[in-house]
Amino acid sequence: MPKRYKSYSELILNGLFKENPIFRLALSMCPAVGISTTLMNGFLLGIAVLFVQVASSFTVSVLKNFIHPKIRIPTYTLVIATWVTVIDLTLSAFFPTAYKAMGIFIRLIVTFSIILMRLEVFAAREPVLPSVVDGFGMGLGFMFGMMTLGFIRELLGAGQLFGHQVLPVKPLLFFILPVAGFFCVGFMMAVFNYVEYLFKKAREKRIKG
Amino acid sequence: MKRIIVIFGVILSLLIFSTPLYASANRFIVKSSFYQKDKIRIVFAAPVDRKLAEDRSNYYVYERTDPDIPLPIKDISLSKDGRVLTITFKEELNQHSPHIVVIKKIVSAGRNLGIASIMVRKSYAGFLMSILIGAMLVHNFVFTKYLGLCVFFGTTRRKATAIGMGITFTIVMVCSAMISWFLYNYVLKPLNLQFFQVVMFIGIVSLIVQAVDIILRKINPYLFKAFGIYLMLVLANCVILAVPLLIVVNGYNGIEAFVFSLGAGLGYFLALFLMSSVREKLELANVPPSYQGLSIAFITAGLFGLAFMGFSGMSIF
Repeated sequence: MPKRYKSYSELILNGLFKENPIFRLALSMCPAVGISTTLMNGFLLGIAVLFVQVASSFTVSVLKNFIHPKIRIPTYTLVIATWVTVIDLTLSAFFPTAYKAMGIFIRLIVTFSIILMRLEVFAAREPVLPSVVDGFGMGLGFMFGMMTLGFIRELLGAGQLFGHQVLPVKPLLFFILPVAGFFCVGFMMAVFNYVEYLFKKAREKRIKG
Repeated sequence: MKRIIVIFGVILSLLIFSTPLYASANRFIVKSSFYQKDKIRIVFAAPVDRKLAEDRSNYYVYERTDPDIPLPIKDISLSKDGRVLTITFKEELNQHSPHIVVIKKIVSAGRNLGIASIMVRKSYAGFLMSILIGAMLVHNFVFTKYLGLCVFFGTTRRKATAIGMGITFTIVMVCSAMISWFLYNYVLKPLNLQFFQVVMFIGIVSLIVQAVDIILRKINPYLFKAFGIYLMLVLANCVILAVPLLIVVNGYNGIEAFVFSLGAGLGYFLALFLMSSVREKLELANVPPSYQGLSIAFITAGLFGLAFMGFSGMSIF
């Protein structure tokens, strides 16, 4: 089988930017819209997803030879669900207030398509160490996306960061509304598209000139 | 045959004789209902003594779930003809749970009728209807709870796919929610294994999906061709897990769980259909280049969300 990656750093960068789960692959949009109202929420959910992704990538990669291909999807889901239960109980014990704010989203990590997709595409075919690194990169990418959204929404909506007042005014109160998550993600995607378009244009100009 | 009639007769006569023992004053109350947000209205069969009826210490009102917390009463008023009693409370009542009003003494036309305790609740059919409408519109899972978005944006490019996904999803939703409800209440709860719920719920969903996939492939290949591709997508949908979890949180019984999951499925179907109709039209519109694709879809969904915010706080029954 041809190697699909050059180095571990490339795997992590791949998860962070090239295949960013939120802005590029557009997977796991529910938390990105639903609870990215503050930076802290984004950070905690990011940590939880990072942990679940790394742990289940590791488990599946170790067990890949024992899993029957016909029932692989149910098996993967059960593996994810086990690790989600672990992080769910841990967070509810150590961070009760933040846990309450996130509602049932921690338990819903089970159904975030990004985790299942990475298991299916990567961890089920590659050795243990690259799978763990890939899971780490993807988790970091998710955390990066969530924190970017949380940063924008908390700063523009409430003028705060991590609950501390940063700006003297609230520039766009609309952004703290739950519905604004849709608009925020939509605008962010448009910005990403525009930056990509600018890069493309510059490259074409360089080639021509 | 004779014996059955005798037993039946005994039970009937016992019932008839025993009713006045506990319900002498209860029968004096014709109707009781919630009124506005913070009032309970009681209609008596005949005019009652005004001084006793407007005495606050004569009443004890509580929610059925916690009998040791009396609800503070703000005001009590009797209508002019002395038959309609309105109790106003200091706080708004949670009208979804049954309330119990204990009237310690009722005096009418100089006769003491004794104690009365009545249950005030909304009609059950109305309650079920409010669960259904609530899950479908008021708390629509896509537009007001922001769940199931990955599949939502993936399958709304065409109306046909949206309808296929909606039907498949509703059926799997109802089946899995009912099985989850049953196993949670009769297996996990008696064994004190509640922390296991996430693993069990998602396990049930994935097993159902896998089973339907295998069975449908053998039995009806045509149907499989139409709906098979959506089956795996159901697994990656947050709503499918959120519904059993919410049923547990709200403590619904079997019928309520069925209605709730049906409402969730239909609400998802509705959201898919609305969104796909708009996105088919959007393809003909002149969208700025950087907004094309998912970006404009998100903004459209945001507009839908704003529209659905209009349902919030609505209660129909």
